[in-house]
Amino acid sequence: MMRLKIGKATGLAIGACAAIAAVSLAVPSAMAQRDPAYAAARAAGQIGEQPDGYLGFATSPTPEIRALVQDLNIKRKAAYTERASATGSTVEQFAFTSGCNLIANTKPGEKYKAPDGRWLTRDASPPVRDSRCL
Amino acid sequence: MNQRNSGARRRNLTGRTLTLVTVAALFGGCVQIETPDKPIEINLNINIRQEIVYRLDGDAKKLIEQNSEIF
Repeated sequence: MMRLKIGKATGLAIGACAAIAAVSLAVPSAMAQRDPAYAAARAAGQIGEQPDGYLGFATSPTPEIRALVQDLNIKRKAAYTERASATGSTVEQFAFTSGCNLIANTKPGEKYKAPDGRWLTRDASPPVRDSRCL
Repeated sequence: MNQRNSGARRRNLTGRTLTLVTVAALFGGCVQIETPDKPIEINLNINIRQEIVYRLDGDAKKLIEQNSEIF
């Protein structure tokens, strides 16, 4: 009986550990951080958010930054494509809606493209966005 | 005589109706020229598009949150 009880307790402990491990593994993947090179280029205002939902170059990029942005934009397009088909919208519509949010999410000092094509620096005031953005 | 009179009245009425129709057509023409303004069409497009933005906004926010490394 005792052995069985210990066995049960150990089993529960292992289960609890597994649950904690699963949570600790799941959390970092959900809260994955930006690549440091990407974060630096963003903070330096070399790249910024565009109304179409993709990253663009506010200044002429180095080959490294160009490759980085192209890689991120390909990943974004894949994500938009998947969500667009799931929501019955076009990739452009989903990307545009995401772009509205991404420009709204920019931090002061970061660059974003206004609807007229100008690159603006985000400050404390709301960003200049397309009139269709919420 | 009565028949002649009623015939004349009918002609008069037809004439009046024609005048009214012509006037209405003229006014109609005026209205038609003034209404098709560009802003009306643009507003319609915005409304249709903004409906889509409204519908997709929650999903877009979720996507950005769940894939923060690419956004």
